[in-house]
Amino acid sequence: MSWIIFMILSIVIVWGGLAASIMHAVKKSKEVE
Amino acid sequence: METRSQWGTRAGFILAAVGSAVGLGNIWRFPTVAYENGGGAFLIPYLFALLTAGIPLLILEFTIGHKYRGSAPLSYRRMNKKTEFVGWWAVIIAFVISTYYSVIIAWAMSYSVFSFNLNWGSSTGDFLIGDYLQRTVEPGQIGNFVPGVLIPLLLVWIIVLGVLFKGVKKGIEIANRIFIPALVIIFLIIVIRAITLPGAIDGLEAFFTPDFSKIGDPEVWVAAYGQIFFSLSIAFAIMITYSSYLPKKSDITNNAFITGFGNSSFEILAGIGVFGILGFMAMQSGLPVSEVVESGVGLAFIVFPEIINQFPGMNALFGFLFFASLVLAGLTSLMSITETYVAGLVDKFNITRTKAVLFGGGVAALISLLFATQGGLYFLDVADYFINQFGVALMGLIEVVLIAWILRELKNLKEHANGISDIKLGAWWTVCLSVITPIVLGYMMFKLFKLNILREFVGENNTTGNYEGYTDTFILWGGWAVAIGALVVGIILALTKWKKPSAVEEEELKKEAQ
Repeated sequence: MSWIIFMILSIVIVWGGLAASIMHAVKKSKEVE
Repeated sequence: METRSQWGTRAGFILAAVGSAVGLGNIWRFPTVAYENGGGAFLIPYLFALLTAGIPLLILEFTIGHKYRGSAPLSYRRMNKKTEFVGWWAVIIAFVISTYYSVIIAWAMSYSVFSFNLNWGSSTGDFLIGDYLQRTVEPGQIGNFVPGVLIPLLLVWIIVLGVLFKGVKKGIEIANRIFIPALVIIFLIIVIRAITLPGAIDGLEAFFTPDFSKIGDPEVWVAAYGQIFFSLSIAFAIMITYSSYLPKKSDITNNAFITGFGNSSFEILAGIGVFGILGFMAMQSGLPVSEVVESGVGLAFIVFPEIINQFPGMNALFGFLFFASLVLAGLTSLMSITETYVAGLVDKFNITRTKAVLFGGGVAALISLLFATQGGLYFLDVADYFINQFGVALMGLIEVVLIAWILRELKNLKEHANGISDIKLGAWWTVCLSVITPIVLGYMMFKLFKLNILREFVGENNTTGNYEGYTDTFILWGGWAVAIGALVVGIILALTKWKKPSAVEEEELKKEAQ
């Protein structure tokens, strides 16, 4: 079952990194407005 | 003097940068590289490489383009007059890549049409090599034009040059705003269908099962750095050119994080889709997944058509969606590759964008005709290998060594990036670029030179020891000459006189950059 853990981990880390970077950009642009 | 083009929005720039990074390699290279190098455990070196080389290099190139506000040759010239040739070398590498990359997109275009009637039949390998590419000549021979490749190739160039004619904001940005969401939607449909196929779980299990014994193998780490490096469109002028169109106030660091993670997110998605489908194929043919794994052209144009034949329903639609995704991923990358030399020509020779697109794109399109011949596949294969290994990878190594150790520009560039970005760069960025990346790329280059110069390639029918067993003459003229020629042409262009800007403008731009 370790492959399921690695599948979830890879999705969470990489997509999470993308989501966090986008959210940071959105938050900053709102602050500027 | 024309004012420099600018992106309309931040999202437009990010979509274009992601569109450039997400290319054919994400779909047909990453899944197999990950599978062969530890499966789920590959994630560790892969993420390490992303954070210590991929994103730092992206930040570096975004900062160079933004600070010096020019195409790669102009940016390098503004950094130091003597380094203009490095910018031209990167541009010529991009030029060479565009000549054959366009041909692969043309194949994908043909195959998306073939999907409707499954024209490839049951013997997909014979169809690709014999019926479609008509490869009946020996390596090094050209043969006749292949109309089935030539016609879509012309279409590819019409689309790409048409977009570039419209400019950065109205052309590249709008195209990426349409193509990238379309690509993501199409690929999500493919992935959802893939993981619901019988046998898909076996494919995913093969892909993600971690093999921790591989983590201690230096080759696996080199493979991870290589994948990150080749996948992010770094070291061939693209990101410098794109970021030169950013407005003055731009969050460079976070843009690099979004681009890097965006590219990797698509790669993981591609891995899930490809291995889900390979699991289905393995079940259908009664073989283990390891027996059906392929990569590159073989995966896309031989294995996938075979799988589409066996699909339980809607074969034509699925085939069309798969090849359409290759076309979209390829087109957005080709636009960025072509833009590098269009921008270089505009800057150096003071010509209009229209003339630069016509001349640069026209010459690239003419040369690409070589790959639309019966012997085109051989030329494509050897040029792709040599320009990537002894062009892009070598250029990457020289770029970091030059900037970090010879020009010692990292401090200045860091200050520039920190002055406009929300996420501040610390010592980690300097260490990654001045120590980690040069060591890994240096090791990679050492191994590559050794492998090719000492002719250490092995294979069943490889009698020459050369790449793919090609003859010495073909390797010399089709491979080494192309890679070395890129550097020579780069030096010649750097020695050519600038038509603009005048000394006054140059000074103003320098001040602006400081």
